[in-house]
Amino acid sequence: MTDASWPLYEVFVRGKRGLNHVHVGSLHAPDDEMALRNARDLYTRRNEGVSIWVVRADAITASSPDEKDPFFAPSGDKVYRHPTFYAIPDDVPHL
Amino acid sequence: MDLEREFERVVAAEHRVEPRDWMPDGYRKTLVRQIAQHAHSEIIGMQPEGNWIGRAPSLRRKAILLAKVQDEAGHGLYLYAAAETLGADRAELTRNLVEGRQKYSSIFNYPTLTFADVGVIGWLVDGAAICNQVPLCRTSYGPYARAMIRVCKEESFHQRQGYELLMTMMRGTPAQREMVQDAVDRWWWPSLMMFGPPDAESANTEQSMRWRIKRHTNDELRQRFVDMTVPQAERLGVTLPDPALAWNAERGHHDFGEIDWAEFWRVVKGDGPCNAERVAHRRQAHEDGAWVREAAAAYAAKKRERAV
Repeated sequence: MTDASWPLYEVFVRGKRGLNHVHVGSLHAPDDEMALRNARDLYTRRNEGVSIWVVRADAITASSPDEKDPFFAPSGDKVYRHPTFYAIPDDVPHL
Repeated sequence: MDLEREFERVVAAEHRVEPRDWMPDGYRKTLVRQIAQHAHSEIIGMQPEGNWIGRAPSLRRKAILLAKVQDEAGHGLYLYAAAETLGADRAELTRNLVEGRQKYSSIFNYPTLTFADVGVIGWLVDGAAICNQVPLCRTSYGPYARAMIRVCKEESFHQRQGYELLMTMMRGTPAQREMVQDAVDRWWWPSLMMFGPPDAESANTEQSMRWRIKRHTNDELRQRFVDMTVPQAERLGVTLPDPALAWNAERGHHDFGEIDWAEFWRVVKGDGPCNAERVAHRRQAHEDGAWVREAAAAYAAKKRERAV
């Protein structure tokens, strides 16, 4: 029996115009073009999308969960980046 | 160990575990086994209904059935993709199925003898599957939960088309009504078996509940299914083949008769009416498709060469 060694692709779908593409899952395909067609058949059988991206899974660089804390630490102590950091009296309108 | 404590904290706090997080080996193994079995069930589940595509009584019914069987294939693929995020190899999963090393839901080892079976599968078998699957939308492993959300949305169409088909037949001739009753008689007990062995004998339930993989026990889900189905059967005008089936006001649930567990285990262990046929058919389809996979890979390789 022959085993397919088709590469793995990650699939991203734009649900409707105005929204970002969102990751929906993955699939195997022999090449980019077939990945796109397979993605259409697999992930948009009920008008779930108006645009699809496929990308080979091995082309994605991801942050590591092991380093989650140090990796995201730089933003942890910068409360002044949030609007709620600033005290404004209640009687100031539109702010 | 710190990693294990962190994992247990995440799970107990109802947070989701994601693919590259640390997880106990047992959790990973349990999930791979469960998701693979689930995926195999969807793939094998294409066969009993696929059996009727060529003989559907109208173009409308044929289009519906095709869409449904295509959905089952899609569900299988969502689930295989989820299993792969745990490190399972896709080709190996297929091998495990066609070589009989991994199981699939025993319900698909029963034959579809008449077109009424198509309706009853949608109503009872997909109805039971929905009972099992809705809580899995909140299972602790992220990719599995997300696949189940997608599956559940589509299953609702499956169940409704089945019930509608049966309502149509029940408005037909006496022979059609008999055909529906006969299909209900044959599928009712196997549908109840879909929830698995009784809690006292279910080896994996306790650990799976602690890991938040499972949310309810087999018996709880089975009871929920019976309670949901009884009024649907009444409305349809069929009798569920269980003389012990009766409302128990004290419990607030329906009582029902003893399931034939000997039959359940017989079918699980491979001796059901269609076990051999189902696996042989899947293996044949996989082997017959080999040239397509090879041709597509060769074409992709040729295009890559030309691009350089």
